[in-house]
Amino acid sequence: MSGLKRKDLLDIQSLTTEEITLICDSARYFKDLFTRSVKTVPVLRGKTVCCLFYEPSTRTKLSFELAAKRLSADLINLSVSTSSVVKGESLIDSVHTLEAMKADYIVMRHAVSLAPHFLSKNTRSSVINGGDGFHAHPTQALLDAYSILEKRGTLKGLHIGIVGDIKHSRVARSDIEVFKRLGAQVTLCGPPTLVPDEFSLYDVNITYNLDTILPTLDVINMLRIQQERQQGSHFPSIREYHRLFALTTERLKKCRDDIIVMHPGPINRGVEIDDAVANSPNAIINEQVTNGVAIRMSIFYLLSGAAPLEGIDDK
Amino acid sequence: MKIIIKNGRIIDPLSGTDEHADVLIVDDRIEKIKAGIPDKDAHEILDATDCLVLPGLIDMHVHFREPGREDIETIIGGSIVAAKSGFTSVCTMPNTTPVIDNQALVRFIKLEAEKGPINVFPIATITKGSRGEEISEMGELVQGGAVGFSDDGRPIMRSILMRRALEYVRMFDLPIITHSEDLDLSDNGVMNEGATSTFLGLKGIPREAEEVMIARDVILTRLTRGKLHVAHVSSGGSLDIIRRAKDEGINVSCETAPHYFSLTDESIAEQLSLAKMYPPLRTEHDRRAIIEGLRNGIIDVIATDHAPHLENEKKQEIEYSPFGIIGLETAVPLVITILVKENNFSFREAFAKLTCNPSRILNLERGELKTGSVADITVINPDKTVTIDDTFLISKCKNTPFIGRKLYGSVEFTICNGKVVYRSEQGQH
Repeated sequence: MSGLKRKDLLDIQSLTTEEITLICDSARYFKDLFTRSVKTVPVLRGKTVCCLFYEPSTRTKLSFELAAKRLSADLINLSVSTSSVVKGESLIDSVHTLEAMKADYIVMRHAVSLAPHFLSKNTRSSVINGGDGFHAHPTQALLDAYSILEKRGTLKGLHIGIVGDIKHSRVARSDIEVFKRLGAQVTLCGPPTLVPDEFSLYDVNITYNLDTILPTLDVINMLRIQQERQQGSHFPSIREYHRLFALTTERLKKCRDDIIVMHPGPINRGVEIDDAVANSPNAIINEQVTNGVAIRMSIFYLLSGAAPLEGIDDK
Repeated sequence: MKIIIKNGRIIDPLSGTDEHADVLIVDDRIEKIKAGIPDKDAHEILDATDCLVLPGLIDMHVHFREPGREDIETIIGGSIVAAKSGFTSVCTMPNTTPVIDNQALVRFIKLEAEKGPINVFPIATITKGSRGEEISEMGELVQGGAVGFSDDGRPIMRSILMRRALEYVRMFDLPIITHSEDLDLSDNGVMNEGATSTFLGLKGIPREAEEVMIARDVILTRLTRGKLHVAHVSSGGSLDIIRRAKDEGINVSCETAPHYFSLTDESIAEQLSLAKMYPPLRTEHDRRAIIEGLRNGIIDVIATDHAPHLENEKKQEIEYSPFGIIGLETAVPLVITILVKENNFSFREAFAKLTCNPSRILNLERGELKTGSVADITVINPDKTVTIDDTFLISKCKNTPFIGRKLYGSVEFTICNGKVVYRSEQGQH
C-alpha cells in the first residue's frame, strides 16, 4: 500500500476507511517528532503550500502553517483582508494566480459550502479543505478521531455525544461521518432548531435532553455556540442555552469518570462549557491542537504520494 | 409566397388532430392541411418525413436581459436562440434594468423584437419598479402590448398589494403571473431544504416557502375573482393546493419548467452552481409529482424560465453564483425524452403545454394548427438524437446542467408568420 492515491482531501465522505486509518497511523509518527529538539523533517522540501483563507481563522491556519513548515515546505499565505479578494477578484482568478506561482498544495477555508470542491475542479494543485461553510471540516474530524484513538485505542462501540449547533456546524457533519465510519455510536444533542430531523439520515440518535445521555457517554464533543444564531431565533438567550445544554461542573459529575471532553475551539467559556470543565483532566482540548498539527503533516505527506511511514528518521 | 410541408405527422393539440398530411402555407396563413398537396407553384418544399408538424411553440417565461444587460443576452439574440429551439413566440419577463413598468419600455421591446425572427410578447411588472409598493399603470402597459403582469424574481410579500393587483387586472382579462415565494421562509437559502442540503451544509429553501405563498395567492384570487398564473411550480405540495383551487373553480393556472421534471436537488453535489435555480430543484418525490401534474392537467404549461448568465458570473462559489439556467435549447429534447419516451406522454398532451395552453392563458390567438390560422409551425424529428454540447448550443451563455447529455428530439424547421426562421443543417434542402 502506498500513500493517498488522490489529488485532494475535500471531505470525509470521499475517503475510504483504509485512508482514514492510514492518515491516523502516519500522524502518530509525526507526533513523535514533536518531542525532539529539532521538529522538522525534509520530506516536503521544495514543495509549495498556499493557505487561501477566505474566512478568519486562527488555530486552523496556524496548524496548517506549522505542519507545512515542519515538513520543510515553502509556505505562502493569501488571506482575504490582505489580498485582491477585497478588490473583487474571483476565486477562479485567484487560483490561476496561485497556479502560475506553482503551488503544489492549496489549503482553503471558505464561508461557502462546496467552495473547495468547486476549486478542485478548476486547478491541478492538491486542494485540502480547511473548512467550507456548514459542509465539512475533514482535518478537524480526523484530528478528533485521532485524539480519541490515542486515548482509547479504538472507536468501535464507543458512545460519542456531539452537543450544540449541529445545523450550522461543519465540524459536526465531518465528525459524525468519521466517528460512524470507525464504528462509534453517535448521539446529537441541542434544541430542535439547531438539530434538524434530517440528521437522523446519518444513522445517529437525536435527543433534546442532555442530562439523559450523560451517564452513557464515552466522549462528549461540545461545539462552539455563536451569538448570531440567537439573532436568527434559533434559541432565545445564551442564559437559557447554558441552562439546557452547557457542560457544567454539575453535569460532568453525572458522566463516567473517564469521559473524554472535547471542543474544537475557540471556547466560549461559560457559554457551552464551564471554566472548570474545560480545565479538568477529562478535557483534551489542548491535546487536540497538538494532534491537529500531526494530522495535517500526515495529510500533506500522504497526498504527496509517498509511502506510509514505518518511522521517521532525519536522513 | 407558398411553402409546402410534406409528409409530416400533423399534431394539433387543441383540436386533437393527429394525421399524416401536407401543409400549404400562403404568405402568413395556413391555406390548407391535406394529404398529397401538389407541389406545383410552391416556392419551397420542406420535407417533414418522420417528423411531427406542430403549432409553433410558445414559451411564456424567458429572460432576455435587454434592456440593461445586453452583454448577457438581447431581445434579437434571444429570439434567434428561441427560433432555433422551435419557439415561434416567447414572453419576456420584465426584470430587466430598468424593469418593464411603463408603456415606453413595453414599446421598446416590441420594436426591438420586430427586427428578430419570432413573436415577442412582453410581460410587464405588477408593481412600479417591481418594488412591491404600488401597482403599475396596467392600462397603459396593456395598450403598449403587455400580455400579462409579473414581478418575477421579486415575490410580492404585501398581501394587500397582491389583492389590489388581482382586482385591478380583472378589467383586462390578463393574468397576474406570480413568483410565489415567502422570502422570510426562504431565508437566503441556495437549494432545496432536505437531506441533500443537510449533507452538503448548504442553506435550504423549504418547499413550504413556495406552498405558503401559492396558498395565499389562490385564496386572494378567490376573494378578488381575478386571474392567477403561478410561474415555475417546483414542489408536489404546491400542486395539491392548485388542484384544490381548480376544483373550487378559482381562475388559476400554472406552469413548470423542464428542469423540474428532469432533475433533482442531488444534482447540486456534482453540478454545483450549474444546478442552482429559483425555485430550487426538489426531490425525486417532487419530480414524480410534477410529471403526474403534467399528465393529469393540474399543470397547464411548460415554460423554460430561460435565464442566461455569463460564465464568469455563474462560475463562482455556489452562494455567490446567480440563480438560473438557460432553457430554450434543451426544452424540446427534454419534453420528448423525459415526458414522451420515459413517461409515455402522447405528443398531443405534452405539446399542449407548449402551444394552445399558454396561448389561452395569455389570449395570444396562436398555438393552433388549422386552416386559416397564423402560419407559426414547428417541425420536430422526435427520434433523432442531439447532444447538448458547445456545438449544439448557440446561446451566448451556456449555463446548463444538461451539458453532455444525449437526448431525443431535434427541431428541424421553425416557421413564424409564414417565414422559415430556422432550419437544421440536416433539414436544409
